[in-house]
Amino acid sequence: MESLTLSDVEQKYYSDLFVYCDTDNTKKVASNGRVLDLFRAAQLPSEVVLQITELCGATRLGHFGRSQFYIALRLIAVAQAGLPLRVESLNSVKDLPLPRFVVGKNEAEAKHAALYQDTDSQGLYPAPGAALIPRPPGRGHQNKKGPPSSASLPVHEVVQPQAPSIEPQPEPTSPVVSPHQSPPTSPASWRKHKRQHSGGNAERQPVAASAGAVWTHFREPQSVPVTGDGMWSSHSPPPPSQESWVSFTADTPPSSTLPAMHPSSVQESTTIRTLASAATTNEIQRQSSAYDDPWKITDEQRQYYINQFKTIQPDLTGFIPGSAAKEFFTKSKLPILELSHIWELSDFDKDGALTLDEFCAAFHLVVARKNGYDLPEKLPESLMPKLIDLDDSAEVPEPAADVGFSSSPVEVTTNKSPSMPSLNQAWPEMNQSNEQWETFSERSSSSQTLTQFDSNIAPADPDTAIVHPVPIRMTPSKIHMQEMELKRTGSEHNHPTSPLLAKPPELPEETAIKFVAANTVGEGYSSSDSFTSDQEPITRQRSQSGTSPEALKVVAPPPPPPRPHPSHSRSSSLDMNRTFAATSASGQPQASAIAYPPAVPPRPLPTQTSVPLSGHRVEAEGVAGSGAGLTTTSPQQIPQQPNFADFSQFKAFAASEQPVSLQEGDKHSEGGQLVVVDLCAQGEKSLEVAAPLRSVKSDGPADERPAASVSSCKVSSGPLAPPPKPIRRRLKSEDELRPEDEQHGPQKSNVTAAVLAAQPSIPRSVGKDKKAIQASIRRNKETNTVLARLNSELQQQLKDLLEERISLEVQLEQLRPFSHL
Amino acid sequence: WRVGIAVIAKENYPLYIRSVASQSELKFHYTVHTSLDVVEEKISAVGKSLGDQRELYLGLLYPTEDYKVYGYVTNSKVKFVIVVDSSNTSLRDNEIRSMFRKLHNSFTDVMCNPFHNPGDPIQSKAFDGIVSGMMVQTG
Repeated sequence: MESLTLSDVEQKYYSDLFVYCDTDNTKKVASNGRVLDLFRAAQLPSEVVLQITELCGATRLGHFGRSQFYIALRLIAVAQAGLPLRVESLNSVKDLPLPRFVVGKNEAEAKHAALYQDTDSQGLYPAPGAALIPRPPGRGHQNKKGPPSSASLPVHEVVQPQAPSIEPQPEPTSPVVSPHQSPPTSPASWRKHKRQHSGGNAERQPVAASAGAVWTHFREPQSVPVTGDGMWSSHSPPPPSQESWVSFTADTPPSSTLPAMHPSSVQESTTIRTLASAATTNEIQRQSSAYDDPWKITDEQRQYYINQFKTIQPDLTGFIPGSAAKEFFTKSKLPILELSHIWELSDFDKDGALTLDEFCAAFHLVVARKNGYDLPEKLPESLMPKLIDLDDSAEVPEPAADVGFSSSPVEVTTNKSPSMPSLNQAWPEMNQSNEQWETFSERSSSSQTLTQFDSNIAPADPDTAIVHPVPIRMTPSKIHMQEMELKRTGSEHNHPTSPLLAKPPELPEETAIKFVAANTVGEGYSSSDSFTSDQEPITRQRSQSGTSPEALKVVAPPPPPPRPHPSHSRSSSLDMNRTFAATSASGQPQASAIAYPPAVPPRPLPTQTSVPLSGHRVEAEGVAGSGAGLTTTSPQQIPQQPNFADFSQFKAFAASEQPVSLQEGDKHSEGGQLVVVDLCAQGEKSLEVAAPLRSVKSDGPADERPAASVSSCKVSSGPLAPPPKPIRRRLKSEDELRPEDEQHGPQKSNVTAAVLAAQPSIPRSVGKDKKAIQASIRRNKETNTVLARLNSELQQQLKDLLEERISLEVQLEQLRPFSHL
Repeated sequence: WRVGIAVIAKENYPLYIRSVASQSELKFHYTVHTSLDVVEEKISAVGKSLGDQRELYLGLLYPTEDYKVYGYVTNSKVKFVIVVDSSNTSLRDNEIRSMFRKLHNSFTDVMCNPFHNPGDPIQSKAFDGIVSGMMVQTG
């Protein structure tokens, strides 16, 4: 590489360009976007560019050092002059015009570009050749952009303190002065070229660059390079008035424009913000282009938004509460009404909080509004939470297409987003206007990959509130039923499920089934444990009822799991329910179903199960009774145990009495107690008849009615409680029952024995129905018997009470005359 | 066709009034104002049940010769009043209920806006849109 001799102008020019490209300020420019943009803007064939790159040695080095860069620029100028590219030509060519870089300008971005262009036109560039500077129109154009360009000027100046004429800005604060002098020819040329550029890539880049420059300038006034960039970029998107620019190529009344720019630049105080703001407004005025996608968020903006978001909510996946957002956006000094509208638009899921996407959308809208854009009626697609991600990703490929140029700048300069430039411009403005608002962070132009937000985050759908597991009806689940089936099958062989199955259907036939009780009964089953566990979410009662209904359902759809009867809803009733469940579980779906929801899967043979069940029931009832205040039955449990055996006997008895008991049971409509009785009786018709009867008998005189009923129920529930167990017991107890049966009565024993005997013999599959029917019949009879007994007892009690009442009344009458005294 | 919709605040001052008939707007306002009495009367009666949307819907407040007025009160004592033409017999009660439901939803959305101060007139465009849509329908 031969040394390069540059003229002063060139020196300055190149320095500016280098600074512009040297985004990292490392004094060496890699083949990054800026450089490529720049070279592309030179409007040279790509191969020429490659050649240049190679010639200057960047290929070797892998990057553009300052010297390489200068050489490259020189070569560009050479190429643009039409001279062959040769190393020798670097210095040989005299009077080489400055390399011209066309900044693609789209009318859309004109605004943005204009801003920067103004900056450019301010004469940052050494305007050696007036011919190169079609400034005037640009000037005018730039006037509006004054601020931005001036903004860039300061930076530029920092880079090159020299170039008085060209470098108007001695310091960032007074950018105005210098630019005027030198109508940046290059910028002008840029503009011109840019305009010619329809591709917009170059434009975008420059614009983006300018945008970036402006932004960066804000933050780092001392970041000269940035401004330089901005300047460049500003050149790019010249507004439609490019035509005029072209015409100005020849003449350079920069002075005219410069003065114009003066004020604009003068305005620009130390902060570019003002410039940007002015430029923004100018841009806004100019921007009348289509709104193809004016709401796209650039990378830089997005990064800025994200940073802002972090200040409020460190967690990017979290929400910003409405109050915090309100404070934040109120700082933007927008009218509350508009902020309210922005909120409406951006709070996509209407949850009163902003996710990152929503926040970005809101911020973007605020920025747009600040720039004068009217708020849309509906949230633009590009701002929608989900689409934002897409846009980001979409933006990425674009820059990529631009050969790695910073995506954000590119996007900014997209034709489609006229608002972008303005928005970019607005950034500084906003920063300036809102002291509280942070300045832009570094331009994240280099970040190709935009922050990909989880679109899932956005829809913080409040509707997705946790749905409480509403206790579903207590209908037994298939699982339960299956489990019960399994247990049944496992527990007993002689007890085909059919009887049990048959029972459930009978239950529905019965009167209102208290599923609560059934539940309790179900619990009685060993399998009911699984039920209850499965029904954890379900209320206790429901679970209870669920078990029993399930059992019932094994055979047929048991009656709809009605809510536990009010009587059973009491806390005590839970126990009662259990009792009932136990009772019903004993496999007397009929009665149990009616009496209480003890969907006792009529597992084992009614006879067999009834016995143990009754025992269980007694216990259950005892528990429930205690809850209800009927604890008298507890002691009965034990003694009633032996009733297990009695059940078998009772079966026959119950069978005979069933109709009666049933009726009586139905009659019992007294509070829960009676109901309990009914449940008990019904739940364990066949099985429980004996037990309740026993209990009733034992308790009757001593206990209150409820107690009696409870006890009876308990007794009945007892056996029902653990269906499988009872079943097993039945199996075992068959022998026991038989002897017990004998105790109770030949008839009963015979019946029971016969039943028991018959049951095992009957093959399950075949005799299931028979057994079921028989079992149900038995149960019904037993239940009838039980109920009948209960009824008798209760009536007995009633008589007693009536007698007492009479006696009391008599006493009262006797006392009355005295009371009157 | 619907004549108007009004949203009254708890203190019985209007938050939002919108009517279709421009000529008889005054009459519409007057009707709404007088209906407030009926609303008050109804909500004072229904004091026990809370939160049940059925209770929120007050139903036909009173029919005049030309209009039918329907009322709906939220749990925060914000009242919605819909005035419809008596000649519009096609409007069913369910439709009115659904209208109130939509109004209520839009209203809550407006309330969710942190920039909206409760008690301020409703200036939400979304809310306006909903109301306009409702006024147009059932033509």
